[in-house]
Amino acid sequence: MSVAERPLLQVRDLAKTFDVSPPLLNRVLQGQPQAFVQAIDNVGFDIPRGTTFSLVGESGSGKSTVARVVVGLYRPTRGSVTFDGTDLASIRGRRQMAPLRRRWAMIFQDPYASLNPRWRVRTIIAEPIRVHGLAAGAAAIRRRVGELLELVGLSAADGEKFPHEFSGGQRQRISIARALASEPEFLVCDEPTSALDVSVQAQILNLMKRLQRELGLTYLFISHDLAVVYHISDYVGVMYLGRLVEWAPAHALFTRPQHPYTRMLLEAIPDLEMSGRARTPVGGEVPSPIQPPDGCHFHPRCPFADGDRCQREVPATLDIAGGGQVRCHAVAERRMPPADTHTRGG
Amino acid sequence: MARPVLQVDNLTVEFPTRRGTLRAVDDISFRIDAGEVLGVVGESGAGKSMTGTAVIGLLEPPGRISGGRVQLEGARIDHLPHDQMRRLRGQRIGMIFQDPLTSLNPLYTIGFHLTETIRTHTDRGEAEARARAIELLTEVGIPAPAQRIDQYPHHFSGGMRQRVVIALALCAEPRLVIADEPTTALDVSIQAQIIQLLKRLCREHGTSVLLITHDMGVIAETADRVAVMYAGRIVEVGPVREVVQNAKHPYTEGLMDAIPKIGGRTEDLAQIRGTMPRLSQIPAGCAFHPRCPRAFDRCRQERPELLDAGASRAACWLHAGEPAGAGTGRGGGERG
Ligand SMILES: Nc1ncnc2c1ncn2[C@@H]1O[C@H](COP(=O)(O)OP(=O)(O)OP(=O)(O)O)[C@@H](O)[C@H]1O
Ligand code: SF4
Ligand SMILES: [Mg+2]
Repeated sequence: MSVAERPLLQVRDLAKTFDVSPPLLNRVLQGQPQAFVQAIDNVGFDIPRGTTFSLVGESGSGKSTVARVVVGLYRPTRGSVTFDGTDLASIRGRRQMAPLRRRWAMIFQDPYASLNPRWRVRTIIAEPIRVHGLAAGAAAIRRRVGELLELVGLSAADGEKFPHEFSGGQRQRISIARALASEPEFLVCDEPTSALDVSVQAQILNLMKRLQRELGLTYLFISHDLAVVYHISDYVGVMYLGRLVEWAPAHALFTRPQHPYTRMLLEAIPDLEMSGRARTPVGGEVPSPIQPPDGCHFHPRCPFADGDRCQREVPATLDIAGGGQVRCHAVAERRMPPADTHTRGG
Repeated sequence: MARPVLQVDNLTVEFPTRRGTLRAVDDISFRIDAGEVLGVVGESGAGKSMTGTAVIGLLEPPGRISGGRVQLEGARIDHLPHDQMRRLRGQRIGMIFQDPLTSLNPLYTIGFHLTETIRTHTDRGEAEARARAIELLTEVGIPAPAQRIDQYPHHFSGGMRQRVVIALALCAEPRLVIADEPTTALDVSIQAQIIQLLKRLCREHGTSVLLITHDMGVIAETADRVAVMYAGRIVEVGPVREVVQNAKHPYTEGLMDAIPKIGGRTEDLAQIRGTMPRLSQIPAGCAFHPRCPRAFDRCRQERPELLDAGASRAACWLHAGEPAGAGTGRGGGERG
């Protein structure tokens, strides 16, 4: 495979388990058992260079854990993350990691929490430039900071201010400028617009799309908002209780959802067109991730679950014709009715 | 016309601060009829929650109602003594907030919350109240209510807790429910359940609802009419379908276009330039004029009141040319 065709990011069989046991003393004195959360389990996908892959799913489904493992904030319990052909687990030590580390950055939901409130904006943005030695001398750094601020729609003069002097949307622009300071190819964005008002969200989404076009960036984008994901993605993956239950090219996922959970999520979106479309209310609660249901995690809520196999056997990963993968026995057994077209007018 | 359940006239809420008095809600008027759901939508800082808290007398000092009046079924409630207001809340006005834990005390069982409220506001005895509580839990879709009634809030998931809060809000059969971002903290699939539940119960009980949210999707699904707020003012009010699909105020129009839609084009979203002004820096004239693509001279000088605009009303000078209907005078109230 040539470098151009090789996905920038390849994730295989990724798993991360957290120990959420009560303190040892309580376990000994009160006989409480150890407890583990399988935050992610057997997650695999590729992100082609220059594209956006989004992960959607409800709270606790493991989206942020995938993001954090991918950028190296958590060490995976199992599986591999390959960045531009290099298996990250094969890298030994900081020295080897540094040149690679510069090539990705992360943006978080709450821009305020991720910006040092006591630093001027220009210091915040200059930090990655200094750390990676990307500009020499105060004047060059200052010039670069000004360029970055203008790139994200602020002005060079804004560098003199402190984070609290900006609105939420402007702060998110600052964190994008800082993320771009190390000249990365890959950005992991964990709910970057979830804390913003819709009008501001539109500004940030437009900015992210423009930066992708101009700089050829690759995104792993995390959101619980399906309409945002529809808007920004080339590929979409749906997570449920730690498993990637389906992923597909965005248009296919929204027009021909395969997995019962994906269909349910699409069904749950409020209808802004006000077509009067009758919605099937979705039953059930998200089960506890500490004791997820056996077999397919979704079976207690699934209208297509059969009494036996779904409760016992973890569904295997199947390829979807036309691209994508799905994990569901009903799909494998061809028991699913055809998906109705969920994108109204699309 | 029948008497509205809630009528708000020229309501103004102010906050004295060191640097002067801020006006968080500025001379707004609206009404809610029996059994009607009025949605109040807007971005953060628009004054939606403040409107709700002012109506139920829960403004945090030094915030205060500095003008206007609030009437519940024809009687003024904006200057009631504290204890009367407390009785009114719960009995005639139910409340649902974003975080169900603000309404539930972690030290008491679900059953205690319900039976206490039922007994405070009705003349039911202990056993009757418990039976009613179980009935209500069934109604809001809690499985095995007879067992779960004796559990504590932390045994319930977020969605289940919000169901309990809805049961609590409805237990005294109030005339009006004020729901402030009732689904914002919940997961997408649970949100849909809660919206449907709230809508069905209010319809069945004939309860009116003041639904405050930033989410146009929730409004489109739930409200009969909607009021759009911007910088402390109502800038547009009308039937929900009209406002969502045929917005009359440039702000509403911009807001609707900025929402990503599934099935829509995936090119750049329309965006409203700039941000909402701080309360200390509200522009003269129409507060939206610096961001408005269609602003003209008059917009910079004179503040528009709500004017007739098709089936809706909009506080925008673009609609000044239309033949004036009733109530275009001072106050900019709604018809009625
Ligand atoms: N550091 C941690 N220690 C223990 N458990 C954790 C940790 N991080 C995540 N978890 C657990 O792992 C599971 C997946 O969490 P994660 O934060 O990845 O979900 P998410 O999809 O990002 O959710 P949200 O939409 O709420 O952000 C959850 O059950 C969570 O409680
Ligand atoms: S595997 Fe069975 S339970 Fe799981 S989603 Fe498919 S049909 Fe439903
Ligand atoms: Mg997360």
